[in-house]
Amino acid sequence: MRLDNSLSSVHQRRSRAWIAIAAIGCVLVVLPFVLASVGTAWVRITNLAILFAILSLGLNVVVGFAGLLDLGYIAFYGVGAYVYALLASPHFGLHLPFWITLPLGAAVACIFGILLGAPTLKLRGDYLAIVTLGFGEIVRIFLNNLSQPVNITNGPQGVTLIDPIRLDGLIFNRTDTLAGLAFNGPMKYYYLLLLLLIGVMLVNVRLQDSRLGRAWVAIREDELAAQSMGINTRNVKLLAFAMGASFGGIAGGMFSAMQGFISPESFVLVESINVLAMVVLGGMGNVWGVVAGALLLSFVPEVLRDIVSPVQQAIFGRLIVDPEVIRMLLFGLALVLMMLYRPAGLWPSRTRKREFAEAAHD
Amino acid sequence: METSSTALLEARHIGKRFGGLTALSGVSLSIHRGEIYGLIGPNGAGKTTLFNVITGVYAADEGTFLFDGLTLTGLKPHRVVEQGIARTFQNIRLFANMTALENVMVGRHLRSHAGAIGAIFRGPRTRAEEAAIHRRAHELLEYVGIARHAHALAKNLAYGDQRRLEIARALATEPKLLALDEPAAGMNATETVALRALLEKIRTDGITLLLIEHDVKLVMGLCHRVAVLDYGKKIAEGAPAQVQRDPAVIQAYLGGALP
Repeated sequence: MRLDNSLSSVHQRRSRAWIAIAAIGCVLVVLPFVLASVGTAWVRITNLAILFAILSLGLNVVVGFAGLLDLGYIAFYGVGAYVYALLASPHFGLHLPFWITLPLGAAVACIFGILLGAPTLKLRGDYLAIVTLGFGEIVRIFLNNLSQPVNITNGPQGVTLIDPIRLDGLIFNRTDTLAGLAFNGPMKYYYLLLLLLIGVMLVNVRLQDSRLGRAWVAIREDELAAQSMGINTRNVKLLAFAMGASFGGIAGGMFSAMQGFISPESFVLVESINVLAMVVLGGMGNVWGVVAGALLLSFVPEVLRDIVSPVQQAIFGRLIVDPEVIRMLLFGLALVLMMLYRPAGLWPSRTRKREFAEAAHD
Repeated sequence: METSSTALLEARHIGKRFGGLTALSGVSLSIHRGEIYGLIGPNGAGKTTLFNVITGVYAADEGTFLFDGLTLTGLKPHRVVEQGIARTFQNIRLFANMTALENVMVGRHLRSHAGAIGAIFRGPRTRAEEAAIHRRAHELLEYVGIARHAHALAKNLAYGDQRRLEIARALATEPKLLALDEPAAGMNATETVALRALLEKIRTDGITLLLIEHDVKLVMGLCHRVAVLDYGKKIAEGAPAQVQRDPAVIQAYLGGALP
């Protein structure tokens, strides 16, 4: 009798979950049309937000799961972006299709991840953070200066006229009409990015609840004990670096394709910190939290940008403070408040929450 | 009895220095299959150092190890476990924020295979393996008697249960030799009696035990053979009753012969 009850409640919960998923799915499908009616710029902003969500999920593998603080993560994004750009632009006259350049970008970023991981295996916490920070800068400086003696990256001018994603007749930066609906470039990228995001989220969720995921948590909790349980900490950590870097590489390739132009300026330290802030703010280790953090930190500044100027105009009759300055100010304030009141993030993972609770008790 | 085929672990002339400090010098011992071997000695005698050398945490400066016919010298900790030596720690080192069950599941890491690809696609094989890990972890919790706390966080378990959990986690790696660093430390008399019963059971099930212990009563009652370390040297070895009467041992513990 009781078993029947609990079974039916499981069924109910399950069907409710499916209804919720279907509802969210409908909203996500219709969303670009709503946004486009406000302005195509908002579709672009959404696309970048999704891109940053993918990026944050990649960093989440390294920081959230394995507990390795990486401050140079944007370098992998840069590597992926440049691989795509150099192989699909007039710069070298190469125009390889995206199904080669995107995976290749991920693979090259993966190699860079291992290159970064291998010498830093014995480092933890602050020391690891400093080395990864240095690594990020090295990559950026290389991108900036590899225009001589042989012009590889085209230096600070960056790479222009990068090919959009193209699938037979479907070219992503053009407007197509399908069933009476006009799909412009950003809208098409939106759907592609959404699919990619769902894929990356699925990978994150599955990794978290697996033999490998447990090994990462074990290393984070106590490395010596993890070793004594037969975990090859070197390989498992390298795997975290490599996987995180691959996600960064894919996101970078998408960025190139979407923007059509990249330069080293997009891959500066502040961007690494920004992605890390998304992971920390949202809730390290929790996939939903990380996505929420990324979307929040992408959208709120954009919304503020639209609000700050008109409000000043209305009150003072002129612009007193640059919106960009206020944006960073509020951003900083939000982070400080977060760290004070919800140190484990908006939506923390189960274990992370416990770790922070324990730290507070100590 | 004392033929080489009965020896599971054989240490030969192990030496370990930390800078100018000689922690171990010329320590040789052999642990027989199926026995409970005790390692005792005053504080700072080098027991834990020897333990760490055996389990690969430290590399020995001198000497060799033979385990089950293979040489273990210089292996990293995770390779030593793979060969079949599992350990617990003097100051409990559980994965504090994981549940008891998850702790033991980590112990199955070595004897399971799913990698990143398996985890992502979660095919039938991965799912079967995951279910087997789960089942085995439950069995082991049952075995050490803390199955009712399976979903409690390791750090919230009672002290004695944490020790048991460490043993279950070590057993999950399917060891031939289980090395316990002061398993009874901090336990009350009742808990010690229960622990003793558990260790006897583990031995009966075919696992050899190496035990560092301060509780002399436990060592004398439980161990088949005992080695005594003092200042990094082995000063005595033999049956507990015999070692207890050894003048060198009395000298080491009490600083002089009994009147």
